[in-house]
Amino acid sequence: MAVNPDIVGRSCEPTEPYVVGREKVREFARAVMATNAIHADVAAARAAGYADIVAPPTFAVVVQEKTLAQLLALPGANIDFSRVVHGSQDFTFTRPIVAGDELTAVLTVESVKSLAGNSLVTAVSQITDALGAHVVTATSTLVVRADD
Amino acid sequence: MPALTQLAVGDQVAIATYRFTRDSLVRYSGASGDFNAIHYRDDVAASVGLPGVLAHGMLTMGVAVQPVVEWLGDPGRVLGYQVKFTRPVLVDPVEGAEIEVLAKVGAVNAEEHSARIDLTVTFNGDTVLGKAQVLVSLAASA
Repeated sequence: MAVNPDIVGRSCEPTEPYVVGREKVREFARAVMATNAIHADVAAARAAGYADIVAPPTFAVVVQEKTLAQLLALPGANIDFSRVVHGSQDFTFTRPIVAGDELTAVLTVESVKSLAGNSLVTAVSQITDALGAHVVTATSTLVVRADD
Repeated sequence: MPALTQLAVGDQVAIATYRFTRDSLVRYSGASGDFNAIHYRDDVAASVGLPGVLAHGMLTMGVAVQPVVEWLGDPGRVLGYQVKFTRPVLVDPVEGAEIEVLAKVGAVNAEEHSARIDLTVTFNGDTVLGKAQVLVSLAASA
């Protein structure tokens, strides 16, 4: 069955606050082969004007992922996880994520389209800090493959 | 930091190669929390019709921006980053997989003190990311 187009415009509850840990940033930076000192060295990050070490740009997916789990579980959406392929990804930053940030994400379903029997679901997750200020918008398009 | 006034559309700003091994995939699974078994188990990959274990698209995306971050000297200068996942990266258990990243200036916006850097990311001679674009700030102070 195709993804239910009625989910367009629907939003999920804000995720539980995610506290960005220094060691998590270092671990993620190593995993994406990031070598800039600002990802690992607190003194280098502070010298560059940041409160703490800076996460690599795609670290935002760790916070966004919690909203995608909500999307897949959305009642009535009819999204079969075993048929989901990541189609595209976009991050738009107001500022970079730094260690110590407490981040909350809210997902909204932007569109559901049909293409050659597949469904394309685009979801926009707004990620904000503890003060409610925007940090990054993470947008994913998921391709839900048609039944065999 | 690179100077905006010295950039022209088409200039190459970085080129780099990266080797993915099965270890890289396990490491990324742990760091990201994406434990989909198609990224580390041959039997699971085969059971869903894949030719082998694949790198996470988000690993390829995460690594592909690194030459640009190196060129900028500051990860906070990345204002935006987008890709389409067009082809999978198969990671051989013995040989791994080699990814090449070529970064060129796609557009310069003097008014906004920003530039768009376009990435060409290839594996075995085929591009694996489409419309891979990084929007970067080249303002005097970030």
